[in-house]
Amino acid sequence: MEGAMIAAAPALVRFSGIQKTYDGEHLVVKNLDLDIRKGEFITLLGPSGSGKTTTLMMLAGFEVPTHGEIYLADRPIKNMPPHKRDIGMVFQNYALFPHLTIEENVAFPLSVRKVNKAEAQERVRAALRMIKMEALAQRRPGQLSGGQQQRVALARALVFNPQIVLMDEPLGALDKRLREQMQLEIKQLHETMGITVVYVTHDQSEALTMSDRIAVFNDGIVQQIDRPDALYEHPVNSFVAHFVGENNVLAGTVETIEQGYCRVALASGGTIMARAVNVASSGATTSLSVRPERISIIMDGATSEGPNRLPATVQSTIYLGDHTLAVLEVAGNEEFMVKLQPGEHHSLRQGENVSVTFRPEDCLALDPV
Amino acid sequence: MTEAFLTSADAPTDVPLKRRLKRAERARQVKALALVLPLLAFLLFTFLGPIAGMLWHAVDDWEVRKVLPHTVATLADWDGRDLPDEKAYAALADDILAARAAGTLAIAAKRLNYAVNGFRTILTSTARNLKAPPEPGTAKETLGKINPAWRERTTWAAIKGASGPVTGFYLLAALDLTRNVDGAIVAAPPDQAIYRDVFVRTFIISFSVTVLCLILGFPVAYLLATLPAGRSNLLMIFVLLPFWTSLLVRTCAWIVLLQSNGVVNDSLRFLGIIDAPMRLIYNRFGVYVAMTHVLLPFMILPLYSSMKAISPAYMRAAASLGAPPLTAFLRIYLPQTLPGIAAGSLLVFILALGYYITPALVGGGADQMMSYFIALYTTETANWGLASALGALLLVATLLLGVLYGRLVQGQQVTGGMKN
Repeated sequence: MEGAMIAAAPALVRFSGIQKTYDGEHLVVKNLDLDIRKGEFITLLGPSGSGKTTTLMMLAGFEVPTHGEIYLADRPIKNMPPHKRDIGMVFQNYALFPHLTIEENVAFPLSVRKVNKAEAQERVRAALRMIKMEALAQRRPGQLSGGQQQRVALARALVFNPQIVLMDEPLGALDKRLREQMQLEIKQLHETMGITVVYVTHDQSEALTMSDRIAVFNDGIVQQIDRPDALYEHPVNSFVAHFVGENNVLAGTVETIEQGYCRVALASGGTIMARAVNVASSGATTSLSVRPERISIIMDGATSEGPNRLPATVQSTIYLGDHTLAVLEVAGNEEFMVKLQPGEHHSLRQGENVSVTFRPEDCLALDPV
Repeated sequence: MTEAFLTSADAPTDVPLKRRLKRAERARQVKALALVLPLLAFLLFTFLGPIAGMLWHAVDDWEVRKVLPHTVATLADWDGRDLPDEKAYAALADDILAARAAGTLAIAAKRLNYAVNGFRTILTSTARNLKAPPEPGTAKETLGKINPAWRERTTWAAIKGASGPVTGFYLLAALDLTRNVDGAIVAAPPDQAIYRDVFVRTFIISFSVTVLCLILGFPVAYLLATLPAGRSNLLMIFVLLPFWTSLLVRTCAWIVLLQSNGVVNDSLRFLGIIDAPMRLIYNRFGVYVAMTHVLLPFMILPLYSSMKAISPAYMRAAASLGAPPLTAFLRIYLPQTLPGIAAGSLLVFILALGYYITPALVGGGADQMMSYFIALYTTETANWGLASALGALLLVATLLLGVLYGRLVQGQQVTGGMKN
């Protein structure tokens, strides 16, 4: 795993052999080893029930690991209560205190730390300036919009300069446009303040937009930890390839493997050259993964280079503004998607027979689904 | 295009928008009214009507006016400085004879007896000894001979004071006040001045019971609001269980438990903690125990519903922001339960103000609350005027509290304290 190699740098947080079970029967988190470096923006990405939120809650101190230890700046914190951990947290539903004004909400972490009044006031004002909400300081949370409330929650989690800020799907309740705007704002805050952020989401595009590194969770296990581009380009298994970005899957059997590439016989006939990423040996079944934007459509009769060419039938085309998506039937897969560039192949008709082609390095042979 | 649209919408009528809205809403309002009408009629008949009746009884003064009409009419001009003149005596003699014949004299006698102790004897002896209407001009002398009380100014002042049609007599009596012979408001004689004490006692008991309920109910409500649904539902049944048992049964159960040879005393003696039985009942302690037990659910339920609305995320947020559990509780949780505390306290306090059965059964003589005296005057002595006056004062006190509570809650809403 690439994540494990990078982790040589000093870690601010270290999960060591963490296991967590709620019912004593099955593990929600299985043997988690994860390092979080100072100043990085790391996202825990995964479907619901994958253990990502539980991991975050264990770091915040609201859940106790069943086994293993968590280190914060080399101090074990498994048995440290949440209020002593010095970790800021932003909740999905903001959790702003409804009976306090915005100003009092932001001042709360300072007042429980007994910061002197003048300094607290200055820091609260600076925090509100940072989120551009000075004018609303005397309002109550109930009088603000969702986006404004989320900004206040951010300011409140940052105002006491915590070692880490945890965010638990903080943008889940916002509409798309506001969510994208907030993603950029959070990213900017992270860059200007140099804080360490642990972010939990199930939205892969959000994770790709914001993160320095992404840990993909599934079934209580970290499938892959990597930079967003590496995760997208070099997924280590079918789950990651499928969960991060759009993906076409073809099933087949490995015939030969040599020099990192393998020849795969498709179930529907025909062979494909693919990069051997996660295949056992020749004779094993495999899932081939190709990104829609790495595929070209060739009209019947035209010639092509390279070894991979498969016959296809056009099912439909979907116009999406900045690009058009062609849905094809390829080797038994009826939802084989190809991303067309603007102006390309506008003449595709339903039922038309064409061919698709892609380079061997863009086709990954992964574990069978 | 927009312009065309606007004109076409506005053109048909010159009726202002507000009136058109009103017209459009009218059908809905009528429907809503129809839905609440049965309840409204029911309340009018069973609640507002009787209350209005009670308030009227507190000031109504009809007895003397009805039984001694001529006397009342003559005394209207009396200045009260000297004895009234011959005309009044003659009218009184006529009235007494007529009342004796009609058998209504006792009604007036009872009312006048409230004002002057022994007035009943004066009237009945006069009626007994007055065989026939006195000769014109001799009424004063005749009556004075039959009972020397007719030569006293206070006797006549009592009749004038009770001649109605409305009187402050009962309300003053409920406040330990009375009018002297000159009509000035003075303190009532000490043997009649008990109601202020009773009022103070009623408020002290109600307040103490409210505080006890809050102290005992708050942790229970918290537990109910934070436990998983299954277990909290089970516990909720235990909270509601008392509602399925009659108040009388519950109060009697406390007698069984707390009496000298009751379960509690016997257990303590068996364990060697005490030698002689403790006095746990027929005193203030018994009243507090039984009333707190009976009223506890009324505190727990409003508290529970306000706590249920508080998301656990608030306490987590407070902890993540560095607040130790106690600080988080005091500064984040407790303020959000204030509406529930206010509602529960008000409910328990107002219910406690009107308590009758429980203190009557488990309290001593010095623990009886206002309702005991109201019941006493309505069922035992049939002094409706005083019973109504006491009830009216209790009602006023309750209303004042209600208004205070309304102000409190409204203040919270204006500042957004109740909103999430």
